[in-house]
Amino acid sequence: MSMATEAILLSVAMAVAAGLVGSFAVMRRMALAADALSHVALPGIGIALALHVHPLVGAVAMLFFGALLVWALEERSRATTETVIGVVFSAALALGSLMTTGEDLIEALFGGAGVLNSAEIAFGFVAAGAVVAFMITQRNRLIVMLVSPDVARTAGIDVQQLNLLYLQVFALTIALGLRYLGVLLMGALLIIPAATAKRWARNLNGMLAVAVAVAVGATAVGTSVAAWAHRETGPLIVTAAAAAFMVSLVRRPG
Amino acid sequence: MADHQDRVTRADEVVEVSHLSIRFGETRVLTDLSFGVARGTSLAIIGPNGSGKTVLFNALIGSIPFEGEIRWAPGIRIGYVPQNLDLERDIPITGLDLLRARATLARESEANVSRALGLVDVSPDVAGHPIGTLSGGQFQRLLVAFALVGNPTVLLLDEPTAGVDEPGQERLNELVGRLQHDEGLTVLFISHELTVVYRYATSVLCLSRGQGCLGPPRAILTPELLNEMYGTPVDHHVHGD
Repeated sequence: MSMATEAILLSVAMAVAAGLVGSFAVMRRMALAADALSHVALPGIGIALALHVHPLVGAVAMLFFGALLVWALEERSRATTETVIGVVFSAALALGSLMTTGEDLIEALFGGAGVLNSAEIAFGFVAAGAVVAFMITQRNRLIVMLVSPDVARTAGIDVQQLNLLYLQVFALTIALGLRYLGVLLMGALLIIPAATAKRWARNLNGMLAVAVAVAVGATAVGTSVAAWAHRETGPLIVTAAAAAFMVSLVRRPG
Repeated sequence: MADHQDRVTRADEVVEVSHLSIRFGETRVLTDLSFGVARGTSLAIIGPNGSGKTVLFNALIGSIPFEGEIRWAPGIRIGYVPQNLDLERDIPITGLDLLRARATLARESEANVSRALGLVDVSPDVAGHPIGTLSGGQFQRLLVAFALVGNPTVLLLDEPTAGVDEPGQERLNELVGRLQHDEGLTVLFISHELTVVYRYATSVLCLSRGQGCLGPPRAILTPELLNEMYGTPVDHHVHGD
């Protein structure tokens, strides 16, 4: 398989993961947290660059830490969570911007078109596989928890553990897309396709299918147009997804 | 909940609560509460707002810390219908999506989903619609079906008729009575409707100022006690009985 084919397959795998994980994020009303959480990757990238390690390592470490923080806060109260997310994750973005400069900063913020090395491709496929496997195997537990954590407990679900795992999977999905969309835009690929699906779908399978289709479609369109027009990929992917959402506002199935 | 089940209760009781106390910080919600629930009976829990009814349910399902002991009989399966849901009803999830997810977790078949829907009198066609399109009464009955899919032996219902119109309330109350009599379930329900308590409860647990009293409805629901519990005469609630 050529590197180009691998890169295309990887972006499809990333979009599938984003559609599945984002669907539950929207149904759990955590769109704000989702978007802000991606910002926390930036100081991780800055630290990694300063230490001369791969930026992805720093990004993943910080994202897992950010997910752990959201989880710990949600255990306390939702109101506190929103305030702290507003403060901590915006501060992370500011600090990260100070640590990173020039081309590195632009690429970290909006994603870049650079060639992926084999280690990045391997990480991408393993991470996407893990995310999709988690969403498929934990789907029923996530649905029951969506109704009520107390009901989930009576069904034998470890609610705290499942919440933490979901947030870590969420963080991993953001890490997957950083290369294409950057810390500012990856949150959008999780939320916009799912928000579109929420308007179009009539049941759970429909929601998941539409979210995945919009995420994959937007990634394909964005990547193709970027290659043709010699523009950055990330903004075009998000613009394509946003266009689908706008259509869903106008045309809604009865 | 396994640690609550390993000690044996009295033969005919599904749960035995002894010296249960719950506090949030400095505030004591329940103090030294003891009661048992006999198998196949229904226990109504009544009390003014803030008396700890929902908190008692939270303790029974093990979702909050408490002092004292709650001993469930071995092999008990709880079906819980909470009053407050995290679920927003504008999401594209159908009743069948919810029931099938619950059934799969409980390793129950599709037939059990149909049986639960039949018991609560919701047609598969209605259950196939997004939950946001269901009426208040239909949605509450769907939640009871959701609890029934796990094949429970005990049902915990937290004000199941709140926010439901009057004919819907009537159907729900009859449903709960039927589940107890025909299906042999033990039912614990929180209610503000004393008429319902008189008609459907085998015994009543009243909570007031952290203390409890227990007995059959006619013995326990005296005008004096109700007056003391709710602060105002409430006998007009029992009309129609």
